[in-house]
Amino acid sequence: MNIYDFLLSPSETARREGPNKTIVLSSRVRLARNLKGLPFPGWARKADRLRTLEVVRPAVESLPQMVACFSESMDNLGALDKQIMVERHLVSREHAAKGAGSGVVLSKDETLCVMINEEDHLRMQSLLPGLQIRQAWKAIDEVDTRLETKLDYAFDSKLGYLTACPTNLGTGIRVSAMLHLPGLVLAEQMNPIIQAVNKLGLAVRGLYGEGTEALGNVFQVSNQMTLGESEPEIVERLSKVVAQLLEHEENARRTLLEKRPKMVLNHIGRAYGNLANAHIISSKETLNLLSLMKLGADLGMFPGVEPWLMDELFIITQPAHIQKQVSGKLEADQRDILRADLLRERLRKVRRPSPPAPPTTPLDKSDEA
Amino acid sequence: MLCCVCKQKEATVHLTQIVGEKMQKVDLCEECAKEKGVNDPTGFSLADLLMGLGASQEMADAAGSAEARCPACGFTQADFKKAGRLGCAECYQAFADGLEGLLKTMHKDVRHRGKVPQALRGSQDARDRLASLQKRLARAVADEDYEMAAQLRDEIKALKERQSESAA
Repeated sequence: MNIYDFLLSPSETARREGPNKTIVLSSRVRLARNLKGLPFPGWARKADRLRTLEVVRPAVESLPQMVACFSESMDNLGALDKQIMVERHLVSREHAAKGAGSGVVLSKDETLCVMINEEDHLRMQSLLPGLQIRQAWKAIDEVDTRLETKLDYAFDSKLGYLTACPTNLGTGIRVSAMLHLPGLVLAEQMNPIIQAVNKLGLAVRGLYGEGTEALGNVFQVSNQMTLGESEPEIVERLSKVVAQLLEHEENARRTLLEKRPKMVLNHIGRAYGNLANAHIISSKETLNLLSLMKLGADLGMFPGVEPWLMDELFIITQPAHIQKQVSGKLEADQRDILRADLLRERLRKVRRPSPPAPPTTPLDKSDEA
Repeated sequence: MLCCVCKQKEATVHLTQIVGEKMQKVDLCEECAKEKGVNDPTGFSLADLLMGLGASQEMADAAGSAEARCPACGFTQADFKKAGRLGCAECYQAFADGLEGLLKTMHKDVRHRGKVPQALRGSQDARDRLASLQKRLARAVADEDYEMAAQLRDEIKALKERQSESAA
């Protein structure tokens, strides 16, 4: 089955609801597990990797959570389909590069995804919209508890779950949240915050995880340490930090509107101007400008515009999603033209942003910048 | 001082970061610093960079010993140094000595405190309970609380008997 037909449409995906979803885009908990007696994927020969896939795939498919799932071996997926899955944050870039001997199983509602033979034999994740870190942990914990009755995990009483990379040893857990923080970036408060979060032993990364930039003011916060602490402790710590970041972002937005409304309006108005009128636009520029328009929408500057429109545009303007809309291979510069056409069309009825209205104070000091 | 990435040029960029209670230091030459994005004012790759470099230094130490080889999968210390990943679950046993230091720099502790598969939970609980009883016994003896010590001794004996029964 074609992955694009299986997945919710971009507009349905954009409309999925979750608590505090305007700022906390998604919550994720990932567990790394390996089987006893088989070498880790990076060191295993193809025959061993195929054996692992043969054992793991049916076990995952038989889970009640995986009724009507999408299950495929990576060599049966085209480059474009894999890229679509990366753009939806369902599989990692590393996994997208895999071929025979690796696989992916995705639940019907797209909240559970198991990568087989990525860096570990199993990388299972629960991905939920909005701030739902505890719920994501609960969901993936249930999957793992069911799987352990079917699969013989490599586990050591002292070191916990044994993983290919020592950085994942113990719980094998990576808890993360994806945050949209344009207010903190505009208020130039992001660097000290990143440093403070780092000091708590948490990592702050860009949009697509490890080693990527924070395009579109989207930051991923995750735990670094996996050994020596229990899963609930890690989940709680991350939940607290994310709740604080959410509050900081809300405060930053409020202060900006109060103290520098012209600066905010200027950024959002220019972003709107470029997105609604460009004829050539890269995906990077699109992400950065859409982030500002999303901020404008959150602040009520685009009355009458559905709040999920920006989220949908975030999805459909990414390279593989643009390519998916036409037959025939597009070069990057052709994609940039098509992306601009799409944005102009979708923003045709969106009117230019109106000045922000601070909830309490009147607008008489609006020129102060 | 040489750059700890390329190990060729003089290090001119010195970074220190405190994560939790651990201090990590990195010394880089200007080119490597630029390449790793250290000059980037957004600086959020710093944590990854420090993590990676600190780890590779420890890995070099871990690999310093003779050409140890995992008996299960044939993976060597040199392979580990190159890949930063292990070959199989047994490697943790084979390279235990070298790994201990590495795990200490990476993690909060070197002992797992999280989830345990249901099938192993019983024996794990018994082991933990036995260890805690033995600790309390030692303390009771040190405190000359012989009444308590006698009680603990009986509990330990009973627990050990139950364990050998279930193992048989």
